[in-house]
Amino acid sequence: MGAIKADPSSKAPISSSPYSFFPFLKALRLKTKQQELLLRASALCLIYVLAFAIRLFSVLRYESMIHEFDPYFNYRTTLFLTRNGALEFWNWFDSESWYPLGRIIGGTLFPGLMVTAAAIYKTLHFLRFAVHIREVCVLTAPFFASNTAIVAYFFGKEVWDSGAGLVAAALIAVCPGYISRSVAGSYDNEGVAIFALLLTFYLFVKAVNTGSLAWALASAFGYFYMVSAWGGYVFIINLLPLYALVLLVTGRYSMRLYVAYNCMYVIGMLLAMQIRFVGFQHVQSGEHMAAMGVFFLMQVFYFLDWVKYLLNDPKQFHAFLRITLTCAISVGALALGVGTASGYISPWTGRFYSLLDPTYAKDHIPIIASVSEHQPTAWSSFMFDFHILLFLFPAGLYFCFKRLSDATIFLVMYGLTSMYFAGVMVRLILVATPAVCLISAIAISATIKNLTSLVRTKSKALQSSVSKGAASLKASAKASFDQALPFQKNGAIALLFGAFYLLSRYAIHCTWVTSEAYSSPSIVLAARGAHGGRVIFDDYREAYFWLRQNTPQDAKIMSWWDYGYQITAMGNRTVIVDNNTWNNTHIATVGRAMSSYEDEAYEIMQSLDVDYVLVVFGGVTGYSSDDINKFLWMVRIGGGVFPVIKEPDYLVNGEYRVDKGAAPKMLNCLMYKLSYHRFGELTTEYGKPPGYDRARGVEIGNKDVKLEYLEEAFTTSNWIVRIYKVKPPKNRW
Amino acid sequence: MAKTTASDAQALIRSLRSAYASTPTNLKIIDLYVVFAVLTAIIQVAYMGIVGSFPFNSFLSGVLSCVGTAVLAVCLRIQVNKDNKEFKDLPPERAFADFVLCNLVLHLVIMNFLG
Repeated sequence: MGAIKADPSSKAPISSSPYSFFPFLKALRLKTKQQELLLRASALCLIYVLAFAIRLFSVLRYESMIHEFDPYFNYRTTLFLTRNGALEFWNWFDSESWYPLGRIIGGTLFPGLMVTAAAIYKTLHFLRFAVHIREVCVLTAPFFASNTAIVAYFFGKEVWDSGAGLVAAALIAVCPGYISRSVAGSYDNEGVAIFALLLTFYLFVKAVNTGSLAWALASAFGYFYMVSAWGGYVFIINLLPLYALVLLVTGRYSMRLYVAYNCMYVIGMLLAMQIRFVGFQHVQSGEHMAAMGVFFLMQVFYFLDWVKYLLNDPKQFHAFLRITLTCAISVGALALGVGTASGYISPWTGRFYSLLDPTYAKDHIPIIASVSEHQPTAWSSFMFDFHILLFLFPAGLYFCFKRLSDATIFLVMYGLTSMYFAGVMVRLILVATPAVCLISAIAISATIKNLTSLVRTKSKALQSSVSKGAASLKASAKASFDQALPFQKNGAIALLFGAFYLLSRYAIHCTWVTSEAYSSPSIVLAARGAHGGRVIFDDYREAYFWLRQNTPQDAKIMSWWDYGYQITAMGNRTVIVDNNTWNNTHIATVGRAMSSYEDEAYEIMQSLDVDYVLVVFGGVTGYSSDDINKFLWMVRIGGGVFPVIKEPDYLVNGEYRVDKGAAPKMLNCLMYKLSYHRFGELTTEYGKPPGYDRARGVEIGNKDVKLEYLEEAFTTSNWIVRIYKVKPPKNRW
Repeated sequence: MAKTTASDAQALIRSLRSAYASTPTNLKIIDLYVVFAVLTAIIQVAYMGIVGSFPFNSFLSGVLSCVGTAVLAVCLRIQVNKDNKEFKDLPPERAFADFVLCNLVLHLVIMNFLG
């Protein structure tokens, strides 16, 4: 089982038990097996606490708040769930977003995360811990990260042995690829989904290994939890049939595979269809057809296998085989052809098609192409997120191939497919992280096991050569072999130190990455002031609370879709578009309004009943994620639906400029006016002229901005968020 | 040519029948149950072809309950069959208990999905 090979009755002079190091253990008088269990359990407890603690940087530095954009929507829905109950939540129609269309929230979200947080909240309240739901939401992701580490331990134990499981748990507890989406405050679907993913895979591998219906049922429930948590469940429903197909093709199939896959597929599919957002996709969408195809293939395959066993006569069986195969293939091809041609089986949606053809989104769907997380991954991102695991991954693959079994084949396939997808889209490094950690853990565990056994054999060989009675051939052969390489033990010790050094560098790197890169809340910005002290920019929340307290209850806010969720969650006002981006034409309308001249934009804003416009401007602070830098995407998306907006109108020789040489349409469009209103009088930096934009590094072109249809309502203290009120139409006389 | 293929087919069917006759009775009962479930599914699909597929969730739950219970019965047959060396140490009571549990979950979900 473990790395310690000594038997309880060993009386070796070099003590194999930790008695000499931990004298208190002698008092407990534990057997070796129990010592090992104690060590393992304490290691797992420490890993559990570590996984939770490393994600708490932003809570300690700033405060316990929700980060980014999407988590605000999840927080708002969880709040609604705890206040109004499950039935109201399931049937919720929200009229506060996507005005005037509204959004059927109950049917268009993945409820797993909200239900989980609400369940934890209810449990804590039952135990009389009166915590606020926000605290529960903030700490849900670290809690589930700790659980993921435990599942990784069991998975590693299933695939290789408990040593590999421990290393896998330790690696995944601190791996930056996972931490990036599961810090405290990042209340997003992935925090729970990765736990569900690993759990489903572990339960399925356990089902294939044991052939038990109970484990397959458990993996179906794991799959149900994954479907309720994240849209990435499509990965599971395609990887499992691919795995079954590989096993069938390579001849490694067995009855256990049949039991595991079929039970999991049928019950899992039924459970998944209970989620309204998924609906009937499992039988109608092209992305789920692989699973159904492999299901039918398995029935045919195993039926033929059974007939072959019954007949016991190869010639007759061949005849039977021919008939059945032609029937099955023709029926299958006919069904697939008719389904795809008639449009009943919908083709792959743009989001997933762009994974197979990465250039598709750029040409056809600008909204998908504009998200920064959807860009292809650079090598630096891989190195940043994986560190030493990147070169341990091929080493682990080697070990997996050396000891091929159903479980290691699954792990290899999971690793290779997830690495391909991680290369296509930065966001999907998250899905590859558990595979990389597990495979690297196998490499580390196997290598360290070999090295430590080398360190130990010398003493054993000495022992057996001393005792004359037990001079077996094997021992003497080993002794002679050992004497051939006299520095084997020293080399092994040196390599062990090297491995220890590498792992400690990994731990340092992970901690540094978490602290520097992945713990910023994005809604609160920090910078180093002139004297080295920390300066906090809390402008976003300042603006949203101004909205909450100074605008009428039914005010409608127009802004770019990035800020929609935050405005509804914190400002509690109706927005025109938000991060759900389900209606491209509505977003294009807003994009068109932002890119038009003020009078055209006023007509559009009147048609949408807009009362306030919100823009984000980074010219004073040098904040580079502001609306002027996103402006070209507004033009592209608006121009995609309304040909009136042409991108070349805003560029000069293909270059995007805001200074004196900028295009005239750029200098007079609504976004420019709203960002730079009154900015021409402001001196932002010592030695630079007034109107110097620190984010673009140029002096702006049009300093004299006059607004006719809007008036400035509020600008935050660092000018990051600017709110304008839309004036009612002038009187006729 | 046709006569030889016809006689081939007859010989095939005869050998299949004789080979099948030697299976134990409990397995034959399970096989009968599987055939019943699949026939019910085919009848439902034929009915859907006649009257249309609205409401789709009811149709799906009906067909999937038949298919699901057929598949689970086949899994039970695999686990109970004494010729399968992989499941030698699995007591048939455990196999049957798993079968009942999975069927229970299947039908609970079906009842929720039936509408």
